[in-house]
Amino acid sequence: MNQHHQINESIKCLIDQTLHLADTCLILGQRNSEWCAHGPILEQDIAITNITLDLIGQARNFYQYAAKLLVEYEQKQATEDTLAYLRTEREFKNLLICELPNGDWANTILRQFFFSTFQVLLFEEMSHSKDAQLSAIAIKSIKETNYHVKWSSEWVIRLGDGTAESKERMINAIDNLWMYTGEFFIPAKYETIDVVLLKEKWLQKVKEVFDEATLIIPDKGFMQSGGKLGAHTEHLGFILSELQYLQRVHPGAEW
Amino acid sequence: MYRNKGVVYLSNEDKNMNFSKIDKPIKNIKEEIFLILQQVCDPEIPVLSILDLGIVRDVIPNDDQIEIIITPTYSGCPAMDAIAIDIKLKLIEYGYKKVKVSYTLSPAWTTSWMTLEGKNKLKQYGIAPPNDKNQKDFQKRINNLLFKEEENIECPQCRSMHTKLLSQFGSTACKALYQCLDCREPFDYFKCH
Repeated sequence: MNQHHQINESIKCLIDQTLHLADTCLILGQRNSEWCAHGPILEQDIAITNITLDLIGQARNFYQYAAKLLVEYEQKQATEDTLAYLRTEREFKNLLICELPNGDWANTILRQFFFSTFQVLLFEEMSHSKDAQLSAIAIKSIKETNYHVKWSSEWVIRLGDGTAESKERMINAIDNLWMYTGEFFIPAKYETIDVVLLKEKWLQKVKEVFDEATLIIPDKGFMQSGGKLGAHTEHLGFILSELQYLQRVHPGAEW
Repeated sequence: MYRNKGVVYLSNEDKNMNFSKIDKPIKNIKEEIFLILQQVCDPEIPVLSILDLGIVRDVIPNDDQIEIIITPTYSGCPAMDAIAIDIKLKLIEYGYKKVKVSYTLSPAWTTSWMTLEGKNKLKQYGIAPPNDKNQKDFQKRINNLLFKEEENIECPQCRSMHTKLLSQFGSTACKALYQCLDCREPFDYFKCH
């Protein structure tokens, strides 16, 4: 009985963790997709939408796995689509930084840089996961995420060490986003990856790029969290209403 | 001839992979399936078959159905769903009505699985084929050096090596955009992955 209970608990954690990873990729992908046809120049429009495509692909891999676990172990009817389209904001476990509005190009770039730098470290850890499917998704995703890091790092340097205006915009973006970076490293109960261990490496990488960009890492301050547990900013509801509208109004619609 | 093609494709596998089925003689039905799959093309790069691309991981003929196992190039490659449909349609043409297409993520796809024939087809089509991933220090270079181009890419039009990267991201997830500085033509490079 006790052992059975433990197995249930660990499966539940695995499902929650997989959903957290999926939601994070989906919501950032949805945000970035708002740039489609609005990028500063054509090549960069294509770049940010390509990154979006990778994120949505990663989200699908995680959702498909979560759905499989829900069907097998909890006898629930779930598919990648029901998980993305039919859950409410309190059920979403994405990182808060992903749901923040895009702001200007500097803000979008800096968020991508903070996030992708973290994501590579996370996937490196996850590639050693005992769970074969999480490990496979991580190994698959690292390759493309390395492109995201390189691209966003170059933009942070280009804008930070650019004109007076571009620098001012980067500084504003740092002020805006920094308090949401702490959540990367605050573990949720369901997480099997020790995210605390990633913090030093992340800071080191950010510092390297900031040094070259002549930007300064802020002093320690308040860090906002809650997304991993379903407590979100007011922005998520608006994202979901757009993202989920079609399936809510026309359930089961296909194209 | 087709049989040889199938064998060449299979023997190109990464040595680390466990492909126990290869050692056994290929059954006629499996041979035939590979021959048919040679006709299924990547919808975004129609000059390449899915065998050239190296995304077919296995074909398992069972009594009641044929299972085809494929792997995505990039996580978000939108061609995967279309490819699965094309595989089924093509096999129906040859009388295989019960076909299951499964996906596997591991081991992760790499351009090392692209056939030499595929690389030549790409070049003729005007897309620079992926460089050899086993070049010295390749990984180190792509991960660490900002503002540096990863590799020397040959222009597929005039064969000049005097080219520059315009954007790491191109018309599809698997390509980057380059320009030749001699003939001035922009061209796609199939990224080494």
